[in-house]
Amino acid sequence: MSATPAQQEEARFSHGLFLFVLIFLLWLMLSGNLALAEVVSGLVVASVVTLASRPHLPLFSGLRLSPAAILPFISYLAVFLAALIRANLDMARRVLSPSLPLNPGVVEVKTRLKSSLGRLILANSITLTPGTLTVDLQGDSILIHWVDIPPGSDIESATRDVTDIFERHLVGFVK
Amino acid sequence: MILTLMETAALMMLGGAVLLSLLRLLMGPTAPDRVVAADTLAVITTSGLVVLAALLGSALYLDVALIYGTLAFVGVVAIARAIEGNGS
Amino acid sequence: MRLLADIILLIGATFTLLGALGLLRMPDVYNRIQAGTKAVTLGALSLLLGIGLLYPEWWSKLLVIALMILVTNPIGSSTIARALMMAGVKPWKKVETITSERDQA
Repeated sequence: MSATPAQQEEARFSHGLFLFVLIFLLWLMLSGNLALAEVVSGLVVASVVTLASRPHLPLFSGLRLSPAAILPFISYLAVFLAALIRANLDMARRVLSPSLPLNPGVVEVKTRLKSSLGRLILANSITLTPGTLTVDLQGDSILIHWVDIPPGSDIESATRDVTDIFERHLVGFVK
Repeated sequence: MILTLMETAALMMLGGAVLLSLLRLLMGPTAPDRVVAADTLAVITTSGLVVLAALLGSALYLDVALIYGTLAFVGVVAIARAIEGNGS
Repeated sequence: MRLLADIILLIGATFTLLGALGLLRMPDVYNRIQAGTKAVTLGALSLLLGIGLLYPEWWSKLLVIALMILVTNPIGSSTIARALMMAGVKPWKKVETITSERDQA
């Protein structure tokens, strides 16, 4: 990808602004009131932190900052919450049954996400969903530990079963 | 704050969870098992602190929970790095 | 309102207890991580939601704590699992590792 210096500057500005707003909101939520003194010190702190983390701003280059990203983000959250609850019911069933129905295995899956932020979100989602745990992340391959691996799994089928449900929504707001 | 029956039951279950993970922490058998138990215990403690804040009606414990959780995470990552050996 | 909060608190405590039970019952360390992380994360979120219903004025801080748990807990677990894998701890039972060519660093 070849971006002109002007484009790079613009991207860095929008990522900085994103981080600034994020930290400012976090500050407001932690302080819990909207008194003038709190707001002003929040603005100061957010500016200082944003300036101090300038070298790390490229982390946000994986984000798609556009209004079109909001809908995929919401549907991702819904899918994630549903998967988290299913994961727990599944785990509760395994823990409570006297015979411990387990058939663990380690399998590799592939991701189409390109940015490290997107891959991080995907890896975290995998850890919190039914029966899977992210073990390692190298390039576009994620190594997962699966509590109950379907017989005859290979990379393609595991990728289909584990990552696709999230990736479909994730591509809408991260690269 | 007067507790209802359900709240008392929830508190007892939380206590049971702490005991069970303490048991795993003591039993091991390997160092990684203890780390996993400590990690789980840390999250249970974080939610326990939030429950304590509600019991005592003081929002101060929420800050304690937040800091405790963050520090526990840093600790777990540090120990994991140590298990990994000289790292990559 | 309090009844709803109590039910959610009870659900949260149940999942937390189940997570700890899984930690105790599972046969090897990878499965223990799985049981510990998932159940305790949902348990904690559910407890936070219940407390939020009891004390609505605390919602912002509770939300920050929930986000903190949601982000750090899976990362911590994955870090431990990765360290174990690199230290050469083999997963329990008839396991065949299905991977493509990956460099074992």
